[in-house]
Amino acid sequence: MSEQSVRASRLPRIPAVPLAIGIGILIGGLLVLASGGDPVAAYRAILVGALAPSNWPNTLNWAVPLVGMTLVAALPLRGGMVNLGGDGQLVIGGLVAALAALYLPLPGPLLIAAAILCAMIASGLYASLAAWGETRFGIPMLISTLLLSYPAIGIASYLVGFPLRDLTTGLAQTRMIPEAARLPVIAGPLNIGLILMVVVAAAVVFFDRRTVAGYELRMRGQNAKFAGYGGVRLASQQVRVMFASGAIAGLVGAILVLGSLYRYQDGALLTPGYTWSGLMAALLAGGAPLGAIAAGLFFAGLQTGGFAMQRETEIPRVLTMVLQAVIILFLAIRHGVGRKSS
Amino acid sequence: MSLMSFITPSLVNSAVQSITPILLAALAGTLCGRVGVFNMAMEGQLLVGAFAAVVGSYATGSALGGVLFAIVFTVLFSLILAYGATVFKGDAVVICIGMNLLASGLTAYLLRQMFGVSGTFSDPAIVGLSKIRIDAINTIPWIGWIFSRQTVITWLAWILTAAVTIMMFRTPVGLRMRGVGEDASAAGTMGVDVLRYRVLTVLFAGGLTGLGGAQLSLGTVSIFSEDMSAGRGWIAVVAVMLGRNHPLWAALACVLFGVADALSVRLQSQGLPNQLTDVVPYVVTLLALALSHRKRLKRRAAETLTAHA
Repeated sequence: MSEQSVRASRLPRIPAVPLAIGIGILIGGLLVLASGGDPVAAYRAILVGALAPSNWPNTLNWAVPLVGMTLVAALPLRGGMVNLGGDGQLVIGGLVAALAALYLPLPGPLLIAAAILCAMIASGLYASLAAWGETRFGIPMLISTLLLSYPAIGIASYLVGFPLRDLTTGLAQTRMIPEAARLPVIAGPLNIGLILMVVVAAAVVFFDRRTVAGYELRMRGQNAKFAGYGGVRLASQQVRVMFASGAIAGLVGAILVLGSLYRYQDGALLTPGYTWSGLMAALLAGGAPLGAIAAGLFFAGLQTGGFAMQRETEIPRVLTMVLQAVIILFLAIRHGVGRKSS
Repeated sequence: MSLMSFITPSLVNSAVQSITPILLAALAGTLCGRVGVFNMAMEGQLLVGAFAAVVGSYATGSALGGVLFAIVFTVLFSLILAYGATVFKGDAVVICIGMNLLASGLTAYLLRQMFGVSGTFSDPAIVGLSKIRIDAINTIPWIGWIFSRQTVITWLAWILTAAVTIMMFRTPVGLRMRGVGEDASAAGTMGVDVLRYRVLTVLFAGGLTGLGGAQLSLGTVSIFSEDMSAGRGWIAVVAVMLGRNHPLWAALACVLFGVADALSVRLQSQGLPNQLTDVVPYVVTLLALALSHRKRLKRRAAETLTAHA
């Protein structure tokens, strides 16, 4: 079972993705129709909500964490590995960032940098724990990444519910972080997190295309045994890749806490479902970074559009999640996304 | 505090109840694994079953109607995996991830559109499963608590575990199933219709998981909550791994998780915060995985050279 991996190296043929999106829209429309709604009005509301110039900042703001979590999934996927533990890694990053911002005695910009760094290291280590478990003990990472999320979420929830709780409010959350630790705002809802994410995305694309390690990871994705015979040290590569993947999740958590929530709030990082949307975006592009980023932006637009749809037509925005799942399922079935090369 | 006062009969009773959905899902997983289809969509299948059971019970006014709905709709839902991973040669892992998300999104969507609520749906019109009272043993301490006052699905789950084990290892059908999983081309040469075996097994497994879903929403409570499968399907995946596709070993793993689950309930009643006690079953699961794989390390070199690709 430890070899249960997704070989996602091959890009889906060009027409496959638009076709899948078309099928998704069709099935979603039928679902809306069946539940007594007007599919045309629903899709118009999604389009306007996502693309109207006045809504761009919202879409971008939604895209920052979503593209981040897309990279979290895409990086291991490039090497045929699956990280299902984004939720736990996200929560650890957010909580560690909040605690660092609250308790580290550092001045402004240094405090921000330290909080982000702590979050990335903590989440990276937690993610590489799963990789270590597979290389050392043979525990399949596919399941251990997911299972590790539960203790992380539970313990974080306990910490902000009891010992670290802000007693002045009725909610399970930490105190507000100091002004100095908050990410500088660019405009409206957008903050420096956007720039950080662009840098990270560019770094991942560069890593994938221009570095030896990136080549080795792609080689592993094509054929792990061949990569091993070719001299790639698979075990240490797996731990390193998972550390990087987790660190990006930690960054996303830190950006959300330092940039928009200004405190760690129980459940606030998980309810939007960034992890799973990101995973689906990564799968849509077969793990290729540029494609994954594009898919992440597409899903971000879909979700901001979903808010508009819910407002205008009273069709629940969870419909967008159904659309995403249908698109992935269609691709997986019809065109064998990540079909094993054997 | 002595152990006996810690483990109470009602605790054992609730443990047996909480094992049922996991056991049925694990049984489904072993069946799929035996024919060579890796199924990790049980989380979504349980959710679909739980939702369909509530809809059926609400619409027909009978628990049986709910159970039938659960089975039918989970089998329909399982068509995606049954055909996607076999006839269409899609990657089972990707399909299962998609199915789990589809189940989560679709049930949440339908919950809002059909009943106009989000979060949890409860209504007096939802008829729950009744508990079977066995008068002869009902008053016997312990035994009465464990064997009486259980739902019919709990009984079925254990009977099915035995039946599937016998079917798998003692009947021609079971032999062919195992053949399909171990060496599909050899089985095909012997005249076994590999695709048909795979499709039908996955669909049958879907029915089992649907039954588990019905226990989830109509067994102890009569409600549906969003994402109420809450990781049980994933624990079942682990049980299948621990049991190495053997139904009895998988069932034993399920018992272990049931005990862990009951323990967490008990710790909570001792005053520990539920955020911490909820974690217990998952930690036990991880530990069990770590321990079982440690023992296999010696054989690992041989293993990686053969089998799964």
